[in-house]
Amino acid sequence: MGLLSDPNRRKALTSLLTRLNTPIWGMPVEWLVKTMQARGLEVFTQSFTRTLPFPDENKERYMVRGTNIYGILRAPRAPRTEALVLSAPCSPDNSNNQAVGLLLGLAQYFRSQIYWAKDIIFLVNEHDLIGMQAWLEGYHHTNITGMDYTPLQGRAGSIQAALSLELSSDVITSLDLVLEGLNGQLPNLDLANLFHAFCQKIGVLCTIQGKLQRGDWDTAEGYTHAVQTMMLMVLKQASGRPWGDHGLFLRYHIEAASVRGINSFRQYKTDATTIGRLLEGMFRKLNNLLERLHQSYFFYLMPSLTHFVSIGYYMPAFGLLATILLLRALDLWVQLGTPAQVTEDGAGEVEPPSSPGVLSVLTPVVISHLTGVALYTLPVLSQETAVEHFPVSETEAVVLTAIAIYTAGLALPHNTHRFISGEGTEQGWRVLKLVALLYLAVLLGCTALINFSLGFILAITLVPAAACVTPHMPKALTALAMVLLSPGCTLLYCVFIFQELQEAPVTLPEGWMLFLSVISQGILDHSLYGSLVYPLLALLIYPCWLLLWNILFWK
Amino acid sequence: DWKSNLLTSTQFFNSGHTNNWAVLVCTSRFWFNYRHVANVLSVYRSVKRLGIPDSHIVLMLADDMACNHRNPKPATVFSHKNMELNVYGDDVEVDYRGYEVTVENFLRVLTGRLPPSTPRSKRLLSDDRSNILIYLTGHGGNGFLKFQDSEEISNVELADAFEQMWQKRRYNELLFIIDTCQGASMYERFYSPNIMALASSQVGEDSLSHQPDLAIGVHLMDRYTFYLLEFLEDIHPASQANMNDLFKVCPKSQCVSTPGHRTDLFLRDPRSVLITDFFGSVRKVEITREAVNLTSAAEQPSEPLSYVDQLPVAEIIHQKPKQKDWHPPDGFILGLWTLILLVFFKTYGIKHLKHIF
Repeated sequence: MGLLSDPNRRKALTSLLTRLNTPIWGMPVEWLVKTMQARGLEVFTQSFTRTLPFPDENKERYMVRGTNIYGILRAPRAPRTEALVLSAPCSPDNSNNQAVGLLLGLAQYFRSQIYWAKDIIFLVNEHDLIGMQAWLEGYHHTNITGMDYTPLQGRAGSIQAALSLELSSDVITSLDLVLEGLNGQLPNLDLANLFHAFCQKIGVLCTIQGKLQRGDWDTAEGYTHAVQTMMLMVLKQASGRPWGDHGLFLRYHIEAASVRGINSFRQYKTDATTIGRLLEGMFRKLNNLLERLHQSYFFYLMPSLTHFVSIGYYMPAFGLLATILLLRALDLWVQLGTPAQVTEDGAGEVEPPSSPGVLSVLTPVVISHLTGVALYTLPVLSQETAVEHFPVSETEAVVLTAIAIYTAGLALPHNTHRFISGEGTEQGWRVLKLVALLYLAVLLGCTALINFSLGFILAITLVPAAACVTPHMPKALTALAMVLLSPGCTLLYCVFIFQELQEAPVTLPEGWMLFLSVISQGILDHSLYGSLVYPLLALLIYPCWLLLWNILFWK
Repeated sequence: DWKSNLLTSTQFFNSGHTNNWAVLVCTSRFWFNYRHVANVLSVYRSVKRLGIPDSHIVLMLADDMACNHRNPKPATVFSHKNMELNVYGDDVEVDYRGYEVTVENFLRVLTGRLPPSTPRSKRLLSDDRSNILIYLTGHGGNGFLKFQDSEEISNVELADAFEQMWQKRRYNELLFIIDTCQGASMYERFYSPNIMALASSQVGEDSLSHQPDLAIGVHLMDRYTFYLLEFLEDIHPASQANMNDLFKVCPKSQCVSTPGHRTDLFLRDPRSVLITDFFGSVRKVEITREAVNLTSAAEQPSEPLSYVDQLPVAEIIHQKPKQKDWHPPDGFILGLWTLILLVFFKTYGIKHLKHIF
């Protein structure tokens, strides 16, 4: 009972796999269409084009043109109201050559069963995330990112769940589950539990974040291992990028996960038939669902596949950090409210304004935000002029412009303090700090609600800086501390920590190059998929940090 | 004569009922609650086999499992793994189906407060001589039973419904069986007379399901009803099994939960209550060959007559007519004797015949 118990089907699958083992340059569209139709699916194609704002050096693409192919297996008896998706990205290099074969084998097996209550869509997307975005936008009739695509001819109803397959070898030693999606969204925890339960049932080793589970929870090593796994998840979630093709489904409230096959040097190998059985089991379970997955948590962190930390546990930690800001703001409000008891002059003192005008701090706020806007728009806009004048590629130009604007912001207080009214008064910087603290608290709170990891990482660096900074501290030391706690440096640390946790530590120059590529990926993610990390950092967090910098250099 | 029959007849209509009804309810929908539908259909099957006709059964199924899109064996509902027993069969008559199974409809069926347009098949037309079997299954908790994943019936409501039935003389005796988690909580609040209740688990315990079927992919039956069905398969209309046997169905070793029962409201001794009083529709018929004079004015009966004076059913069924003439023995006896003789002569040889003759 189960997939491929029929020797004919097994032969067909092995022939498919060996065929696809050869490198395919470009996608074999006609061959895929014919093969899917031969398996009894309704096959449709979608072509799309997209010009990136600047060339992507990691994936080496700039003007992307591709075709998605999908076949719909109609449920034999059910109305066409719900669907499940099994997708495999097809890329020109060898990175995912086995998944399509497995997909076609599964399609053939599923076609002969009568218990499907939902339509199943077998999707092969080109240029991984870009193709997936085009397909999802076409399916849901939206156009969020400015992609150019042909409308979809065939549709299957509302998608309930999706799985994305990445297999690069015909035998694997373990399966890795990838959950983090766009903007740090996660699928329902039930999907992860389902995967783990099936792996255990079939006897396949499964991992999360590429790390194997340890059995010893009481020992220190076990605990550190779990913390490392959780930190990896935090960093991946904070980056806001989709870590698998599934990441784009989450925006449409479709629970999705990516399953990646890993072939390491262990002795016990699992073949494609077993993976097929695992996927068949998962799909049958998803088929039995009558509602969307909603019973388990949507916000969680996983130290391992069997343990999770829910939002009820980790949110209070952030709440305490935000309370620091609010308490400091309260303290400042009280200080501002009581008139200064000790005045050097006697009657000549003009009575201090009862509430210092917020307008007096408007100038630094506006200037900081203008800098933020510059940081957001200028790098991409000015890449042509930069390439003309400097011997750099477009990507480098964009990234270096961003860093330049970021560093230029450090010089602002010297230049703009002339325009600030209320200069030299104690009240002035207090009002500015009050505004900055409240602004930061609101920002971090909203960020933590949407993407907890991002909010938390920003909070642990910015909250100490915001709470402590005053103009009366030693300038040089505090300036250094502020720079080290700024969002840019936080990103740099995160890159190093991430590489460390992945057990692939990098040296300083390599880390710096990685940092630059992370910045460029962030900008690209924002324009390609609508990731919010870059605009948040550039338009909101960085101006807030600039306000604190202004307070430090208050004269 | 019929006077001596009178003494044995006190056992006969001790139950005092003339007709049987059954209200069988499955309260849960969704494919993974397949086992609840299988539970109810098993009891339906037993009840029909023992004689209650469809016109006296109100069957309420909250979801259609046989024709569910996920059923790999369409038009069947199995109760045993390896698909040995299809309880859906050819002649299932479902009276309340799908979304019609609600708490309101259930209570209206019990109390009889239905709109005039309700067809007869959807009514519980019981009277004060009816024995009613009520079987509920689904998901329950401490003091409630969940209907359709959207509403609940509480044990207080159920007890009040039964009291309404008692006051309107809608039952003679009621057997209430419930197979849910914490089922015993549902009968805690009953206060009307003549109710006997059984539950598959005590408060704080879960009722467990019996066995999954790997082809169908769901659990097929709950443990309590599985063993109840096995027990009922051995009952035939003339069976003398009584309620004490029913209380022993599915002990803790088989059921994991502890089944419970409640008999304090019941007037008769459970030992004297036959299973067929509730599960079957046994018509009591006496075949008599002599005329019974019911209106003789001279003799007054020493004790008031019980309801109908007839012999117990078992004696009637197994009673042979008095044999006035000699009839030759059956073929079996004849054949047996021939066999014995043949063996005898084979062993001892034919020459010994002369010793006999």
